[in-house]
Amino acid sequence: MKKLLVAFLTVVLALGVFTGCGGSKNSSDDTTKTQTTSKTKARTLKEIKKSGEIVIGVFSDKKPFGYVDEKGIYQGYDVYFGNRLAKDLGVKVKYVPVEAASRVEYLVTGKVDIILANFTVTDERAEQVDFALPYMKVSLGVVSPNGKITKESQLDGKTLIVSKGTTAETYFTKNHPKVKLLKFDQYSEAFNALADGRGDALSTDNTEVLAWALENKGFKVGIDSLGNVDTIAPAVQKGNKELKDYINKEIKSLAKEKFFHKDYEKTLKPVYGASANPENLVVEGGVVEK
Amino acid sequence: MQDLGIKILLQGDNLVRLLQGLGVTISISVISVLLSLAFGVLLGIVMMVKNPLIRFITRLYLEFIRIMPQLVLLFLVYFGSAKHLGWDLGGETASVIVFVLWGTAEMGDLVRGALQSISVHQTESGKALGLTKGQIYYYILIPQAVKRLIPQAMNLVTRMIKTTSLIVLIGVVEVVKTGQQIIESARLTSPSAALWIYGVIFFMYFIICYPISLIAGHLEKVWKE
Repeated sequence: MKKLLVAFLTVVLALGVFTGCGGSKNSSDDTTKTQTTSKTKARTLKEIKKSGEIVIGVFSDKKPFGYVDEKGIYQGYDVYFGNRLAKDLGVKVKYVPVEAASRVEYLVTGKVDIILANFTVTDERAEQVDFALPYMKVSLGVVSPNGKITKESQLDGKTLIVSKGTTAETYFTKNHPKVKLLKFDQYSEAFNALADGRGDALSTDNTEVLAWALENKGFKVGIDSLGNVDTIAPAVQKGNKELKDYINKEIKSLAKEKFFHKDYEKTLKPVYGASANPENLVVEGGVVEK
Repeated sequence: MQDLGIKILLQGDNLVRLLQGLGVTISISVISVLLSLAFGVLLGIVMMVKNPLIRFITRLYLEFIRIMPQLVLLFLVYFGSAKHLGWDLGGETASVIVFVLWGTAEMGDLVRGALQSISVHQTESGKALGLTKGQIYYYILIPQAVKRLIPQAMNLVTRMIKTTSLIVLIGVVEVVKTGQQIIESARLTSPSAALWIYGVIFFMYFIICYPISLIAGHLEKVWKE
């Protein structure tokens, strides 16, 4: 009996090792190949129109980008755009709640037609999905008591709070070695440290600092656009060119009516307040300056 | 602190939405639990067979399910089946499949353990009376095994109910996710909502799971006779 068990465990482990290796090889060597072998293809524009319903993956708990209000209706910056896309296509819209970690999988397996979930464009992701033109951008922001810090140069010799592993940490380490960095593992710890006065300012994504400053009296965002600009764009399954082209065309034509500015007014402004400058967040017609 | 987070519950359709979420949790749990209990008893009996090949296969199945985290199984069934087999399963179907696979494996092992714990003379006495193998199982072994199973089986059932909170990762919105949506959409207006909403969810889980414990306790007492 014991022998049998040992033999069995060996087989299981061996299987695990083989399948494990096989899997990782696939994903690292030729990601594009894994995509084409996916047996569930995304729907074409024609199929979507014929079914009368477009399926869009959004966040359901990331206010103000994608969330569900108290009536159970999807709302937010991403959803506002999703509604318009569906309206112009002449179809109904069905929202699927996605999590940050499963966004790519939803597209790869064709479970949704489009992902509109605050999806930052990165090279790594672009290997697995196709991004359309951006409709939003994020960069770094700096929040300080009463918004004292308004220029990067004011930070020299002062203590700046950052979270480990964020773009803020890399940016200041590289460009401003004179700034003393106080690093924390978690966002909440970092923000608490600023509230307790353990640093002169805090830096992270500008959307984060804007929302936080509004909730915490006595703090203001002095710098709301800094460092590299990351863009946020709709994504479709790799190779679904027809749908991607349609979204691009739509984004370009919506620029004429300043659609995303209206979107900002409706969804983001109530959260970020009048102090934030929409030009630092909104991308119109897919054109990013800088 | 003066604003009471509990009022969030009564805003709009929030309470109805939580109850709908609870409905999803309950329906997926009930279907999975019933199927798992039925298949589990069968698997337990199969695991008693002396044939080494069958033993090996059932053992492989059991260990595979045990080693794999439920989350990995959910992703495998939901996304994996779409990618490699071309099946477009719904989130609910995928959840039930995973929970039945898991429940059956664990239940099967519990049944096997209970059957093995019944002393050999019971079977031998049955044989002496001229009962067939099926009759021995049906009249002697299964009824005794079921009694011994109650505590562990109830433990498994409540564990399955609680684990359904994972299915949101494949897009099924159940009670915990509904709660998170409510908390997040009220984050700025009432920061203390989290405590209240999670309190209500705790109470909801308690209401489902507590009667199961009561029934289990009752059955144990009755069957002791």
